Amino acid sequence: MSDFRAMLASPHFNVSESFFPNINLQDGLNWAEEFIQNVVLPRLPEAVASHFPVELGTVLVMFACAGIFVGVFPLLPLVLVLAERKVSARFQNRTGPMRVGPWGVLQTLADGVKLLFKEDYIPPQGDRFLFLLAPYVIFACSFAVFAAIPFSQSILVSDFNIGIFYIMAISSVIVMGVIMAGWSSNSKWSLLGSLRSAAQIVSYEIPLGLSILTIVMLVESLSMSEIVASQSNGIFSWLIFRTPFTFIAFFIFFISSIAEVNRTPFDLPEAESEIVAGFHTEYSGMRFALFFIAEYANMFAVSAIAVTLFLGGWEGVLPGYDILGGFPGFVIKSLGLVFLMMWLRWTLPRLRVDQLMNLCWKYFIPIAFFNILGTGIWGLIFPEDTLISTSISCAIIYIGLIAAYKVAGRTLAQRPAPQPS
Amino acid sequence: METTQQTESKIIELKPFADEMVVNMGPQHPSTHGVLRLELKLDGEVVREAIPHIGYLHRCFEKHSENLSYPQIIPFTDRMDYVAAMNQNWGFCLAVEKLMETDESRNFEVPERAEYLRVLICELNRIASHLLSFGTYGMDIGAFTPFLYAFRDRERLLLLFEKVCGARLTYNYIRIGGVSEIIPMEPGSIAEQNFLDEIEAFLDYFEPLIDEYNDLLTKNSIFAERTTRVAVMSAEMALSYGATGPNLRGSGVDWDLRRDEPYSIYDRFDFDVPVAVDVPELGSVVGDCWSRYKIRMDEMKESVRIVRQILAEGLPSGPVMADLKAVRPPQGEIYFRSEAPRGELGFYIVSDGTPKPVRLKGRSPCFSALSALQELSRGLMVADIIAIIGSIDIVMGEVDR
Repeated sequence: MSDFRAMLASPHFNVSESFFPNINLQDGLNWAEEFIQNVVLPRLPEAVASHFPVELGTVLVMFACAGIFVGVFPLLPLVLVLAERKVSARFQNRTGPMRVGPWGVLQTLADGVKLLFKEDYIPPQGDRFLFLLAPYVIFACSFAVFAAIPFSQSILVSDFNIGIFYIMAISSVIVMGVIMAGWSSNSKWSLLGSLRSAAQIVSYEIPLGLSILTIVMLVESLSMSEIVASQSNGIFSWLIFRTPFTFIAFFIFFISSIAEVNRTPFDLPEAESEIVAGFHTEYSGMRFALFFIAEYANMFAVSAIAVTLFLGGWEGVLPGYDILGGFPGFVIKSLGLVFLMMWLRWTLPRLRVDQLMNLCWKYFIPIAFFNILGTGIWGLIFPEDTLISTSISCAIIYIGLIAAYKVAGRTLAQRPAPQPS
Repeated sequence: METTQQTESKIIELKPFADEMVVNMGPQHPSTHGVLRLELKLDGEVVREAIPHIGYLHRCFEKHSENLSYPQIIPFTDRMDYVAAMNQNWGFCLAVEKLMETDESRNFEVPERAEYLRVLICELNRIASHLLSFGTYGMDIGAFTPFLYAFRDRERLLLLFEKVCGARLTYNYIRIGGVSEIIPMEPGSIAEQNFLDEIEAFLDYFEPLIDEYNDLLTKNSIFAERTTRVAVMSAEMALSYGATGPNLRGSGVDWDLRRDEPYSIYDRFDFDVPVAVDVPELGSVVGDCWSRYKIRMDEMKESVRIVRQILAEGLPSGPVMADLKAVRPPQGEIYFRSEAPRGELGFYIVSDGTPKPVRLKGRSPCFSALSALQELSRGLMVADIIAIIGSIDIVMGEVDR
């Protein structure tokens, strides 16, 4: 067991110097082969070991790893759906599901089984092929994002040298699935919802990308593991506190990612009180469940990305100590952000389409550009991350927060409401 | 046919506007407050026209009433505005009592105790109705939590109503000449004291919560952005459409029948009539959705004040029902209006001296307010339509009757 862990701790990841993604297939094969040579074969009887098909075993080990990955992550939304129901219940003086299993913990499983047995309705007037395809596009894309997220030093599927770029690209494909679902349903509400979603996701990707850019400028790498590695000196080396601009960027990133995953106050694509359920109105049974699972997987994914980029990833609070570090620390931090999203969802009303676009194009994008400029200037003044630069940054953040607290309430309220055209 | 048309029209027109999309909103829709159907003509998200179609909950209340004796009509009034059924009972009973008073020989007095109970219960009913309106409006705008808070508090009120009449929604409590005695509550008895104590406990619990709800939803900047300056109904427009109640006061017209045309014993109580004013810090102007909504929040406070005054005085002793042998109004006609939670509820009754009315017409405040929707919604967005419907606070049971 110990050598297995040691091997996990030192994966042979060569970060390619080229810009193109280094899929590390060869490394993976090497790793699996070594695993068989060093761990499996010594434990087998000699007669078997001498005839053991190492090549086949290698492929099998890789499939097993992929299987664990694919098998575990769909469980995550199950937990999150239950968590959402419990959290919302607590916000609303309810108890939430209590009947299925102790404290209702098996409720989502029961719902899943129920959905499996439901009729798989396909609108006869719709585009059958796209209708069937859309849930898979969304589902696959939201889980493909997990491939590049480093859960801990050793638990990561693939360490691309362009990890964050890959995540941005893959998560953009989700909007294709949404439009496919909305259009192929042949329902006007679905179409309205999917077009809202398309406009929203495409718009909010810009501030999202721009706020990621500030991180990339500071770390000088697109690789997720290098971004985490640059935050290894405790809480004040976390990129959120590195400069005042990354602090702003974190909020832009977080709010934009709430918009990306279509949650209140930006849940216009599935606004129940306006357009019934948006793009997945016509879906039923397991296809609907796929949308649902993808939504919650997405929610965790954006939180995990935010943690990786801004909150130290799997690095702990104190340098050298494992407080809030490692895999548990990473999950706790991500779930903290997920909880924040739930909190917002059950507290805030929904914006209108024009207000949503105003917020993005008139506020977030200019601020995000300003952030990039500021980060560049900061990098010129403080080329190295020193105690002085961190102290100055934290002081500015502190003063800024107090000023925002004093001023924001008044100025936000005085913002003129947009006039309907 | 199609091919000939295609070959004929070779001129490619420049169409600066998108095609109009006609969408049916309702009658099965989460936020049309029942079974309202709106025919939306959309240009993208912008609504060119919203045509309301009603009648999905039409149950021939008025025609039915012609075949029923007056006391039998009261349960039918419950089903009009089922959210504020006490006030509907009362409005009808007041009209019948007024009609009966026209005959000198059959004159009678509604007992004092019944009047107090009526005001007490109807003001609590007004709170329950406005709570529902507040909760569903929050949900229309996208905040789910206020809805459950409102229902939690409304539940306590429904339990109180259950204590006096045994029903939670359709009460049939207020009768012609008094109130129902189905659950006896002797003057000065322990049952009465417990009932009043429970109301007091509810008021003590509920009054601070109004401020909490204001903090949670009313002053929320997203909520304010969604509702302020949306669908501004000017005072002239409100009057010309016959909007009444909170919708009229939300447009800045200071008019409340409880104060300006006091019926029953409303002249004995001290209460203010909330009227909308500009609220610059939230961007609200008189007549917008936010003002209409805010009037309801303020009215709940005034209702609490009225109920507190009754609790301070205590219920007078005496019977709760006038000594009426039979309800047989004289020949004649009457129109009487009262202030229900949704506005001016009027009943027009034509009697030929028999125990059944010849003609009965209910004047529904929701129906009049709903008629303004078409003009209010022009040029707004789909989401605004929901905000308007919620702010004029319709109950389809009353619109269709």
